Amino acid sequence: MTDAVEVKTLIIDDQEVSARRGQTILEVAREHDIHIPTLCHVEGLSNVGACRLCLVEIKGSNKLLPACVATVFEGMEVVTNSERLRRHRRTILELLFAERNHICSVCVSNGHCELQTLAQEQGLTHVRMPYRNPQLSVDASHDRFTADHNRCILCTRCVRVCAEIEGAHVWDVMGRGINSIVITDLHQDWGSSTCTRCGKCVQVCPTGALFEKSKIGTDNPKNPDFLPYLNLMREAR
Amino acid sequence: MSKLKVATVWLDGCSGCHMSFLDMDERLLELAELIEIVYSPIVDAKEFPGEVDIALVEGAVASVDDEKKIKKVRAHTRTLVAMGDCAVAGNVPSMRNPFGPEAILNRAYIENTTTQQQIPCVVVPNLLKVVRPIHEFVKVDIFLPGCPPSANTLYTVLTALATGQPVDISSLTRFGA
Ligand code: SF4
Ligand code: SF4
Ligand code: SF4
Ligand code: FES
Repeated sequence: MTDAVEVKTLIIDDQEVSARRGQTILEVAREHDIHIPTLCHVEGLSNVGACRLCLVEIKGSNKLLPACVATVFEGMEVVTNSERLRRHRRTILELLFAERNHICSVCVSNGHCELQTLAQEQGLTHVRMPYRNPQLSVDASHDRFTADHNRCILCTRCVRVCAEIEGAHVWDVMGRGINSIVITDLHQDWGSSTCTRCGKCVQVCPTGALFEKSKIGTDNPKNPDFLPYLNLMREAR
Repeated sequence: MSKLKVATVWLDGCSGCHMSFLDMDERLLELAELIEIVYSPIVDAKEFPGEVDIALVEGAVASVDDEKKIKKVRAHTRTLVAMGDCAVAGNVPSMRNPFGPEAILNRAYIENTTTQQQIPCVVVPNLLKVVRPIHEFVKVDIFLPGCPPSANTLYTVLTALATGQPVDISSLTRFGA
């Protein structure tokens, strides 16, 4: 028995589109080549709505909704790119840069970092808030990978991929608010943790926070594209 | 039309942005039709002139001396351009911020030396507690990220400024470019 697929029609940026019930605004937008910037979302993992970069306007409501988690409804009118949204997106990016220590020129991810690319795409040329310059650690105890908390934006992609795909759940978030950091096991060194050495967290990390030792710089972009494929193979089994 | 008076200033940076400026090579001759360099580490003027149309500032503000300089530059400049990541964002010089100036002075003059171990108290200007981008001290009109911004970027922006054309900075350069 198959459920009848319930179809919703809605408008995204003046374009009439149809969607299946339960689809997120982001999914529908991408199916129609409408670009919505994202950072914590990655194809193939659950969505947590953490970064708020994907906020969109819904006509008739003054509440902004994160497109990666908000689902469509009949007659919805979505605006994905307005001056107000651009302003919010730039501010979010500025806060991310000000929060930790991002020195792009000497970063392992310079040239293939999602945060850096988004800043350029959103026309961010400087950060108005004073930099916090916190003292943060670098965990190089693992023989293959390094975690540099100076570059972490707490998107939790590493946490999700390790728990949802690898099934090891080595990563988690410790602390609250501005003091949050990602940890391995119960805050043990990565090198002596239960890490299976699969490297998935490194590939999905959007910044220079997680990287493979000796594979740094512009010639070594991350490859998060394996996720949808892996999920497809699993479903096929 | 009289030529635009351009100054270039060197605060806490590695001089890489000035190297990039020189990398404009023969295009400097074209630019010389539009602008005149009135003050710069690469020309002879000792004093910052009374009135400057465009000042390109390399480097972050890291010492009391830098702070004095940038305020003076602002007071005499129509369009102030933050040239490069150090000026725009603090960049490499700001990597000392989490540790403080004492830590790096110790490292440079005591821990890493074998003779004459002492922290200089003359000639080397006093360091500020934290290294900051220049817009935290004075108003900046144009931000040019990049480490350094390429010669092409500098050329495009300078020509645009000299001819009064608009320019989209983000299409030319980014942090770390
Ligand atoms: S993680 Fe990205 S934004 Fe941060 S310093 Fe590295 S390249 Fe720049
Ligand atoms: S380490 Fe990378 S993937 Fe994990 S939360 Fe930080 S930025 Fe995101
Ligand atoms: S931005 Fe880069 S090239 Fe320019 S002074 Fe700073 S370190 Fe040097
Ligand atoms: S991508 Fe939607 S909240 Fe981060």
